[in-house]
Amino acid sequence: MAYVAIKGGRAAMAGAAQAAEFLRAGGAEAEAPLQLETIEQQLRLLVSRVVSEGGLYHPRLAALAIKQFQGDTLEAGFALRAYRSTKPRLLETPPQDSSRMRCIRRISAAFKDIPGGQMLGPTYDYALRLMRLELADESPDAFKAIARRFLTDTPETQLPATFPKVLDALRAEGLLPPVPETHAAPFDITREPLVFPVSRSAALATLARAETGSLLGIAYSSMRGYGDVHPTVAELRVGYLPVLLPHPVTGEPMEVGEVLMTECEVVAMYGGDDSNAPPTFTLGYGACFGHNETKAISMAILDRALQKGMRDGPAHPAEDSEFVLLHVDGVDSMGFCAHYKMPHYVTFQSDLDRLRTTRRKATESTA
Amino acid sequence: MMPHYELPRDEAGYSFGFLDEYAKKEVRRAILKAVSIPGYQTPYASREMPMGRGFGTGGLQLTLALIGHNDTLKVIDQGSDDSVNAVNLRQFVQLTCPGVALTERTEDATLIQSRHRIPEQPLRADQLLVLQVPYPDPLVVVEPSEAKRKIMHGEADYARLLVKLYEDIVKFDEITISHRYPTRINGHYVIDPSPIPRWDVPRLHRSPALILLGAGREKKIYAVPPYTDAVPLAFEDQPFRVEDFRDAAGSRRACARCGATDSFLDEFIDSAGGKVYQCSDSAYCNGRLARQAKAEALA
Repeated sequence: MAYVAIKGGRAAMAGAAQAAEFLRAGGAEAEAPLQLETIEQQLRLLVSRVVSEGGLYHPRLAALAIKQFQGDTLEAGFALRAYRSTKPRLLETPPQDSSRMRCIRRISAAFKDIPGGQMLGPTYDYALRLMRLELADESPDAFKAIARRFLTDTPETQLPATFPKVLDALRAEGLLPPVPETHAAPFDITREPLVFPVSRSAALATLARAETGSLLGIAYSSMRGYGDVHPTVAELRVGYLPVLLPHPVTGEPMEVGEVLMTECEVVAMYGGDDSNAPPTFTLGYGACFGHNETKAISMAILDRALQKGMRDGPAHPAEDSEFVLLHVDGVDSMGFCAHYKMPHYVTFQSDLDRLRTTRRKATESTA
Repeated sequence: MMPHYELPRDEAGYSFGFLDEYAKKEVRRAILKAVSIPGYQTPYASREMPMGRGFGTGGLQLTLALIGHNDTLKVIDQGSDDSVNAVNLRQFVQLTCPGVALTERTEDATLIQSRHRIPEQPLRADQLLVLQVPYPDPLVVVEPSEAKRKIMHGEADYARLLVKLYEDIVKFDEITISHRYPTRINGHYVIDPSPIPRWDVPRLHRSPALILLGAGREKKIYAVPPYTDAVPLAFEDQPFRVEDFRDAAGSRRACARCGATDSFLDEFIDSAGGKVYQCSDSAYCNGRLARQAKAEALA
């Protein structure tokens, strides 16, 4: 007999951790460990994704999490979030003006010529997705020469410090609704649970740290037809935003650092306002830490879809706040998915009892 | 230019109980509200913990907010102290709450965190039970929208849930809910008592120990306060029934280890392909074995 239930958990877990660590070290043919700096620089889009989904702007810790969890973005973002739980909230960040962003990229799909001009910056949008086989074996010298050459060929004076916002031009023409004069305190999703219906502030905060793939999936449903419109990207900008916080003594805003951010504004047509005011575009807003263009665009589309859902009632899943906001968080969804691997002996025993009883009754009644 | 950051060097940088004090205070406030309104799902912010959402982070936040240096903690999963998840949670508390005593004996614990079981040994008024909850709302099976469910709870409108039970009886001549059995607390709110088997539901009723339920992912805390009514939903002619451990001949199966005929049993297939039954609550089983050994030694 001697079958002992779920014994030896402790030893098994220690062994599992060692096996994972063995693979992290590259297995039997171990090479040099990844340096955090290398991850931050050469896997910068991975770091971007992790700081964004982790909801904590700390590229160095994000690089560490990527290294520790062997490149798993869900796990790495999760580790950043857990680290965040140990930190108190010191103050409320005042609204930051994104026109002060030091852009590395800034485009508009709405106008050919925008004030300040289109600036393509670093993007693969127009690159052919052909394998560059020469990268498989790059020489360190040639590798180092790439950045040097780029910096020599690009005069610093070429770039303006900031760019005006495309939306300001649309707004000046009266094509966008005026910015509402509400200065309600922002909703902090790290300190308050979502109780529906939620404010737009809460929705935006939830979307900003959502899992990229989940956001894209639901936004795509809205783009494809489970939603109403084709949005136009009025502006997409990527760059370093100076963060201003009130000085602890004087209260004067002062710069405490900068964060790499992606910001996207989409505009879309809509008709049928009950008021007699002239029709305007509607606006969707997306912004997140790091360089994550797909995420920022998806977020902007969902922001607009959710606003429509709140006004007219949701006609599609992407317009339903509860559906969207409760299912896009990577830490929540990944954690719950993984928990199904845990033992469920008791509940399964209970299931067996119900199934056997109902089966017996079914046989008895037909007999 | 690379900005340079300070990385946390080791666990010594974490405060007692991992969470910052503001977070603990918030959890305690939610607990007070939950105890004041028996069965009401109190929303709280729910911090990310360093283990998966779904692995007991709601229960863990309750434990960390409540535990003090003079506490003795027991952690079980599926009734067992040595289940991987119980080991994991216990090690985490040990790491972040230095000085807290640990035990596997139910009677020695002041604080018990559990997943899927309530210990067989009746709890006392000076003990506290924390249950981990995956789905806090029993209405989720009949209504997907949380906003609507909130209204239904407020109005104590459980008609659709009762209809579901009724339909079960019509279709199967039996209520088919196996675990997470909807239970009415103090005559108003119906709770999901967490995935405990039906066997454990009667233990909620007028329990001397405070029972707290925490759902981390769904961000809810609720309570069955001491000596409070907890009544499973049923009908006059279709009473609530716990799991049936009788064999084909109608006699109660016994635990193959300790011989108990009054405990929830886990079912195993032995190497010969036969079925073997054993106590799910390992502390209860071990306690009985120890007493039997002592009695034999005396005899």
